[in-house]
Amino acid sequence: MRVLYATMLAVSLLAPTVSWAVQPDEMLRDPVLEARARALSKELRCMVCQNESIDDSDAPLAHDLRVLVRERLKAGDTDQQVQDFLVARYGEFVLLRPPLSWHTVALWGLPPAALLIGGFIIVLDLRRRRRILPAAEERLSSSEEARVAELLRDNAGS
Amino acid sequence: MIAELGHYALTLALGLALIQATMPIVGTRTNDPMLMSLAAPVALAQFIFVAIAFGALAECYVASDFSVLNVYENSNSAMPLIYRLTSVWGNHEGSMMLWVSILAFFGALVALFGNNLPLPLKANALAVQAWIAAAFHLFILTTSNPFLRIPDAPLEGRDLNPILQDPGLAFHPPMLYLGYVGFSIAFSFAIAALIEGRIDAAWARWVRPWVLGAWMCLTLGIAGGSYWAYYELGWGGFWFWDPVENASLMPWLAGTALLHSAVVMEKRAALKVWTILLAILAFSLSLIGTFLVRSGVLTSVHAFAVDPRRGIFILAILVFFIGGALALYAWRAPLLKQGGLFAPISREGALVFNNLFLTSACATVFVGTLYPLALEALTGEKISVGPPFYNSTFGPLFVPLMLVMPFGPLLGWKRGDIVSATQRLLAAALLALVALAAAFAFEHGGPVMAPFGVGIAVFVMMGAVTDIAERTMILRIPFNAVWHRAIGMPRSVWGTAFAHFGIGATLLGIVSVTAWGSEHIAAIKPGEVIDVSHYRLTFDGTFNRPGPNYSDVVGHFTVRRASGEIIGSMEPTRRTFPARNMATTEAALMTRGVSQLYVSLGDPDASGAVPVRLYFKPNVLLIWGGAFIMFLGGGLSLSDRRLRIGAPHPAKAKTALAPAE
Repeated sequence: MRVLYATMLAVSLLAPTVSWAVQPDEMLRDPVLEARARALSKELRCMVCQNESIDDSDAPLAHDLRVLVRERLKAGDTDQQVQDFLVARYGEFVLLRPPLSWHTVALWGLPPAALLIGGFIIVLDLRRRRRILPAAEERLSSSEEARVAELLRDNAGS
Repeated sequence: MIAELGHYALTLALGLALIQATMPIVGTRTNDPMLMSLAAPVALAQFIFVAIAFGALAECYVASDFSVLNVYENSNSAMPLIYRLTSVWGNHEGSMMLWVSILAFFGALVALFGNNLPLPLKANALAVQAWIAAAFHLFILTTSNPFLRIPDAPLEGRDLNPILQDPGLAFHPPMLYLGYVGFSIAFSFAIAALIEGRIDAAWARWVRPWVLGAWMCLTLGIAGGSYWAYYELGWGGFWFWDPVENASLMPWLAGTALLHSAVVMEKRAALKVWTILLAILAFSLSLIGTFLVRSGVLTSVHAFAVDPRRGIFILAILVFFIGGALALYAWRAPLLKQGGLFAPISREGALVFNNLFLTSACATVFVGTLYPLALEALTGEKISVGPPFYNSTFGPLFVPLMLVMPFGPLLGWKRGDIVSATQRLLAAALLALVALAAAFAFEHGGPVMAPFGVGIAVFVMMGAVTDIAERTMILRIPFNAVWHRAIGMPRSVWGTAFAHFGIGATLLGIVSVTAWGSEHIAAIKPGEVIDVSHYRLTFDGTFNRPGPNYSDVVGHFTVRRASGEIIGSMEPTRRTFPARNMATTEAALMTRGVSQLYVSLGDPDASGAVPVRLYFKPNVLLIWGGAFIMFLGGGLSLSDRRLRIGAPHPAKAKTALAPAE
């Protein structure tokens, strides 16, 4: 399944000199600042790549962005300011975590909605079935039930 | 000549598929057993002709016949035989040929081994299978023909994309396609059941082995692709939430849900309507995956619009099959009888819980993958949905699933005893807490949530062990008796335990690597020493090594323990392919238990310093090892007696299953 992805990647690397993400010469001396830069980089998209963060990408643009992020951090920006700066420059496309707004409500809302609606349907269905088929189930006494459970366990019935 | 033979065979296969798609359905409508029995031999014949076409294409590759455009574009005579062969599916046309070959192969299997199926069900299912086959044969012949010739044959081919020249890729796409296409059987049976308007527990028993087989292949295919990305892309990432990966994850999630709901249907004749829907969804998601990967829509909506022929064709296939299936479902599903009452806390209840969370997770991946495409197509607005989105949506959905998983097998059918199940899981929970505490105490750095991840993973694994321990009554009765119980247990019980243990192991691997992996990036010169985790690596320098169709620059590292004892050497490689003027990284891996040291090499700079990336990946092998254990679990389940001896014969089935309806 990585085939297409790999093909894209490879095509973007037509030059014989391939280098991968985060070069040693890009990294900041200050380990705290560098760690922040890495964490930020993982949230930012390399816009010419297919869904890759600038931390993972080896495209020249990703390199430029990594350097830019580090420059902003050195200049004393907060993480938020760096993100805002990049969004002002490149649009929301640069953020791998789309911010919640009117056009991403459906995106962020779907996972909890799927769970809630699914759960709701299941509860309704269980209730409906109990109403329709109340007599279908003959109750066993608790001792009978224990005996059945024991027998089932003994037979290791799956 | 060979290419023309292949082309001709494929055209004949299309013809046969059209016969197979229509005649048996006419047979079931007019109640004509002759027409219905036509389905099986025609399915076999269709497979033979597709196989001839695929074989012809493979022969063109093996013989390096560069007068065939597809071979010229994707192969090279200097490539080793194995890669000339795997190049067949290393490109669009060839991979579509692989797709239809596997589809026809499954059709042939149903034709051969489906003797115990009721004739109308078999005829309808094979006909639906043939509709899919016909659509894709037509797609290949009209938009993606691999047999086209070049008038003036070039002497040498352009080589397979170097990144694909790898043993991992020899097996990854076929496994994945076996999974994708395997779900077509469940789909065809679901449609056949809807056409007939009746379905019973036996249906689930017929379909389950196919789903299980497809799921096993998909599991291994996804894991294989992940491992390939891990060592080939040079920085040890194993999952990227890339749309192409999501395309394979969605059918896996739906297929896993289907596997579980089919159990309920088989044992308790409940969840019939839902199981049918899942069978439709699993294959629909496979089709969507094929569309996403093959249409170019992922690169950008615009790239899709520039050359839309293939994309539009697959989209049409998609709309026809998914839309048609869902419409048929909406129309016919209300006819199906529901059965089986159960309490919320019961084995069925746990499986419903599983289905709720798996399908929600699947919906999450679906919306994350397609939302940006839809938004751009509708409003022109571009957004990115990347790993951070999935980490904060998909992750939380998996936590409850994992926590409930160990309870499922311990609960009884119809009405379960939660107190007794909890008591039996106490030991597992205790071990999980110990692991959690240990992770807190001994691992530093990493997210605060990580030790909880370890705890959940251990709980899942120990839960699976508990299930087996309880059923064999180990430590409570003499060993001999335990042994007899262990081998006497249905294999599907073992299968469940293995699969659940496997997912726990995978989770443990993912959490460990993500939270506590260490990384060291530096430009180094020969003689320099780098410490990673508790290992010390000395860079001894680089040397050149020629290969068949590439040349290598190999870095040599000596690996020592912190004590100074030499434990081996590692040779990361930069591989340059002159035919395409491209290079790949071949990372060096050293396995220590289930953890790995990982070294990859960059291009030397002007001063002679070589950029290197060194990683220590704790427990990383558990990620794929867990997937392999899941695969084994599937295999054990598949060998279960009740599936091995097949479903009851139709005549018996009627009497045996009548009360269940």
